[in-house]
Amino acid sequence: MAKLILSMDGLVLKEFTLTKERTTIGRKPHNDIQIDNLAVSGEHAVIVTILNDSFLEDLGSTNGTLVNGQPVKKHFLQNNDMVELGKYKLKYISEAPAQSKAADFEKTMVLRPGAIKVPTAAPAMHAAPPAAAAAPAARAFPDTLPAAMGATTQQPAVRVPPPPPAAPQKTGALQILSGGNAGRELELTKPLTTLGKPGVQVAVITRRPQGYFITHVEGASLPVVNGKTLDAQAHPLHDHDVVELAGVKMEFFFKA
Amino acid sequence: MSLAQALEIASATDPGMVRSHNEDSIASDADTGLLVLADGMGGYNAGEVASGIATTVLTTELQQLLVQKPPHTIEQASGKAVAERILREQIAKANTSIYQAAQSQPQYAGMGTTLVVALFYDNKMAVAHIGDSRLYRLRGEVFEQITKDHSLLQEQIDSGLITKEQASQSANKNLVTRALGIDPAVEAEIHEYNTRVGDIYLLCSDGLCDMVSDEDIGMALQTLGANLPLCAQHLVQTANDNGGRDNVSVILVRVQREYRAPRGVLARLFGWLR
Repeated sequence: MAKLILSMDGLVLKEFTLTKERTTIGRKPHNDIQIDNLAVSGEHAVIVTILNDSFLEDLGSTNGTLVNGQPVKKHFLQNNDMVELGKYKLKYISEAPAQSKAADFEKTMVLRPGAIKVPTAAPAMHAAPPAAAAAPAARAFPDTLPAAMGATTQQPAVRVPPPPPAAPQKTGALQILSGGNAGRELELTKPLTTLGKPGVQVAVITRRPQGYFITHVEGASLPVVNGKTLDAQAHPLHDHDVVELAGVKMEFFFKA
Repeated sequence: MSLAQALEIASATDPGMVRSHNEDSIASDADTGLLVLADGMGGYNAGEVASGIATTVLTTELQQLLVQKPPHTIEQASGKAVAERILREQIAKANTSIYQAAQSQPQYAGMGTTLVVALFYDNKMAVAHIGDSRLYRLRGEVFEQITKDHSLLQEQIDSGLITKEQASQSANKNLVTRALGIDPAVEAEIHEYNTRVGDIYLLCSDGLCDMVSDEDIGMALQTLGANLPLCAQHLVQTANDNGGRDNVSVILVRVQREYRAPRGVLARLFGWLR
């Protein structure tokens, strides 16, 4: 559940948890988050929370609302966003549903329109055509996920941790050794780089977290690496490998 | 009329890097020009059961029906091609099968599946979809998404609540508003499109488009379009390189030549004699 930390001049005043679909912010006492300061409008802003996403909307306040220093009318709140109303600051902290995140949260689930009650009034969301669209989901949490989906909360038997983020990869390049373009250099920055002549012989060099790979795409003859003809499989490229393709020789190397 | 000469098809499916089993199910038949991709959901193996029922029911039933009646025939009653009606009917049938299995067997309770089906006939293609499995098209330089997801996120985008850019960061990626087999009845969204020689179509589960940007998918189709099996494999690999958090399935089809349905008495006779 996401929360907001209210502070002024670096002094933390209060913490609010975004439990409601609409959390109102303003000077008047009926607001969920009341900030009794004249720089804050009576009804200043509202935060609409849909499952794990929260949206901030300024309700036409006199002095405006800033997020990370920028004035906003409507904003999709991201973790650690700093919302400013006058001298007051609200820090948005979204606590990702920790362990469930990887395992079951990403499992596709169904929101059944029939199971969703349309809130009687959906004011304020000017841009949102009323009813149907986003509003119904707003009152979602437990009851819109069909009961039967309870099964999805089971941990899968095997949980492979997601692969570690790829280490910053060295950029590879090709230096053409023969033919008309001899001496030219081609940097391999794109995820896919094709080489050769369409219709005659084409190979592709893919850039992956594990390194660079060359694969045959089309044509009767296959690419040759260090004098050896490849098969149809992807072949990893190493520093200073010599690739021969459509009669042109080129050297693969990593840029310093 | 067999479309095997007109359509080149390649497909790949993979459980991804995180999930232990594959709940996606794919089927394709170049002869009848039918492609089916389903992404199942529900506890344990129920997702696989749901997507499996969907592909099996649709391929077997549609293959039979397509032999009986050419899909391009315009029906008097509706003024639409036969294809649309049979797709609608068979999707309803698949829905009932899954729903009943889920009702009668406690271990399958609540299972369901998304679905995208493409049926090629007469230089056209009918596309039916439910949920967030997608169909994309590469025509010339233009790569675009043809189907529109039935998902909470898409509704939020449509209502202007968030932009497409913000959508990629949303935590609500996994909520679909329509699925096969969840309720006694479901409405599939069906549209008909004209195809052109050289078009490449991609059917995929959300395991691809959640992990790989549309831009990179488009680039893969453009650069590797000459070798569809390699392209399919590359797409799955890219999704896995990017984390592979979900099952990934792709079906690629390229229109090689025209496939206008034979018309007139002679042509019909010829087709019938073959």
